[in-house]
Amino acid sequence: MAVAAVAALAAGGLSACGSSGKPTLNWYVNPDGVDTFKKYAKECSTDDYDLEVQELPNSATDQRTQLARRLAAKDSSTDLMNLDPVFVAEFANAGWLQEVEGDLADTIMSSVEGDGDYLSGAAETVTWDDKVYAIPLWANTQVLWYRKSLAQAAGLDMTQPVTWDQVIQAAADNDGTVGVQANKYEAYVVWINALVQGAGGSLVSDTEAGRDAKVEIDSDAGRKAAEVIQELADSRAAQPDLTVSNEGTSLGQMFPATGAGEFMVNWTFVYKNYEGQVGSGLTEDQFADLGWARYPATVEGEPSKPPVGGIDIGVGAYSKHPDWAMEAARCITSEQAQVDLALDNGLMPSTNAAYDKVAASGDYPADLIELFRTSVDDGGPRPKSAFYAMISGAIQARWHSPTSVDPDTTPEDSAKYLADVLEGKSLL
Amino acid sequence: MSAVTAPAPGKQAGKPVVSDRARAETRLGQRLVAPAIVLMLLVTAFPMLRALYLSTFDYALTAPDDRDFVGLSNYLTALTDGLFWRTTLITVLYMVVTVAIELVIGFAFAMVMHRVIFARGVIRTSILIPYGIITVVSGFAWQFAFSFQNGFINGWLPFVGDDFNWFGQTGSAVTAIMVSEIWKTTPFMSLLLLAGLAQVSEDMIEAAKVDGATWTQRLVKVILPNMRAAIMVAVLFRALDAYRIFDNIFVMTAGAVKTESISFLTYRQTIEQFQLGMGSALSVLLFLSVLVVAFLIVKLFRVDLAQARQES
Repeated sequence: MAVAAVAALAAGGLSACGSSGKPTLNWYVNPDGVDTFKKYAKECSTDDYDLEVQELPNSATDQRTQLARRLAAKDSSTDLMNLDPVFVAEFANAGWLQEVEGDLADTIMSSVEGDGDYLSGAAETVTWDDKVYAIPLWANTQVLWYRKSLAQAAGLDMTQPVTWDQVIQAAADNDGTVGVQANKYEAYVVWINALVQGAGGSLVSDTEAGRDAKVEIDSDAGRKAAEVIQELADSRAAQPDLTVSNEGTSLGQMFPATGAGEFMVNWTFVYKNYEGQVGSGLTEDQFADLGWARYPATVEGEPSKPPVGGIDIGVGAYSKHPDWAMEAARCITSEQAQVDLALDNGLMPSTNAAYDKVAASGDYPADLIELFRTSVDDGGPRPKSAFYAMISGAIQARWHSPTSVDPDTTPEDSAKYLADVLEGKSLL
Repeated sequence: MSAVTAPAPGKQAGKPVVSDRARAETRLGQRLVAPAIVLMLLVTAFPMLRALYLSTFDYALTAPDDRDFVGLSNYLTALTDGLFWRTTLITVLYMVVTVAIELVIGFAFAMVMHRVIFARGVIRTSILIPYGIITVVSGFAWQFAFSFQNGFINGWLPFVGDDFNWFGQTGSAVTAIMVSEIWKTTPFMSLLLLAGLAQVSEDMIEAAKVDGATWTQRLVKVILPNMRAAIMVAVLFRALDAYRIFDNIFVMTAGAVKTESISFLTYRQTIEQFQLGMGSALSVLLFLSVLVVAFLIVKLFRVDLAQARQES
């Protein structure tokens, strides 16, 4: 009896993955905008193959770990994947991604110079070693979200670029707070990187040299960044959970039961997030009090470098059907798909053409759309390196907790430590 | 009679005679278990040997072309690095504090489970429930409990402010992690101690009572010495388990504010940083340190047992 049951199960299992039917291509997606992904999985399926959406974990670190484990094991069922921009260089260097070729690669390459349809900030994220390894799907960026009433009370002219110093002072003097991402995780490095770049510096340079990259965080720019973090940590404007804050924790501080609200640096999803709460928890007036401005400047007079994020679509190097997978990748990064993602999920496009359509839809305030677009183009990417995880981890190790950051010692310490870690002389 | 006492001289000197049939059966038996032995070796020895081999390389998964043989340099780097010793120290702290507290609370629970007369099943079950909960889930539960936004701990403790962030600094974060670990595994400890308690003869306790021994005297002089083996097993199991502490840290602080254990450090090197060489070296060191802990505990209790024998 049991033997028969096992045999029946085995037979059923074998027939399920037999070669008689259409092949199914797996598309690993991050859990934002899954509905739209499912819709496009259906639309981009053809007579030759079906596309199926597989969800990845929530955090970018876990997404990377899961994909890397599959790809390191040469998994042939990882056909398409949504990649955070900082992972493209790592994955491409490991040989886990198919190269994108032909006219699409040319378009992306010329977009890096500012001549193609892709936003240059987004195009920049998918190149490695002068080749293209993924296709930008959406381009995320951070802006400064704030309560208009709070800025007004502080007498800040938000039509002009504001600095971190002004924002922190304004919040501290008017019973407000400043929301950032300062938990010990990747988004904290996003903040530090933006602060350093905003002061004209960088974390590392010559990253294509791998372990021999030049560590540059011990610089005036690094010290300026540390000053901002120290100022916020010591200020009354710091939120009580500063040391473990993330993209979600500061959302609730914008319209608190008591207090004046906050200035918050955060990604583009914020607008749709609060818009969705109107009527249930937020009043029209409160929502009308939500303002947005360019990412704060680290140094007065120098343009800020808003963080660039988003998602790129990569094709797995071990896919059994690489040509179909590449065809599907083009289909799911189409202009219409990008417009749908923006309108339905608040995930902003990576091409100018799609941006124009989103702007024309009237779903977002025109100035907000323009702000997003310029922020991506003027933004500062994180270092592109096959050792990015080490760079990020070493920075986190020395800059966390934000309350311990000291401009006199932290940049110098972290530079030494990062160099040691890259050379394999120090544990991380 | 004499014929029985003197065995046949031939049989004593020579090898025992084994029939062809018995020999064939032995061979068949060996052949039948051989696949299982080979499989066992593959499953257990292969990963260990592979880790030993990998630990001699400077090797990152994302830069396969830059793989270099470095000999024992990874071990040297780890053993001379302050971070390694700090995580080892904090791991030992987790182990000592949680096992000590669990031993006391676990023993109290075991006594309750042993002596309870009414609603025995319900009481035993409710004491054991936390152990049935997955560590990650318990980590999340306690993370929420300690959260200053939606947790209840700050409200309960009069000496703590309402917006006190438990995960903001090492001391309080380590305390929160320990609380979750203790809550989760005390039932396991009490289960092992209950087994030991059940082995203590009621007659001895009765005799001590008749001799006029107080409750404390009975506990210290009769019950505990007779449970030594059970206590050793409980402490050994829990100490080794606690030395590998990972899930609670992963969930509650992700290693921030210096709460990471040696397992967490190994995980980070291997899985997050893809540094297979250094990660393997650390896992070998972790393996060795677990052996040391086990050796020390066994040694510690053996000395005690020997003393007990001399006293008696």
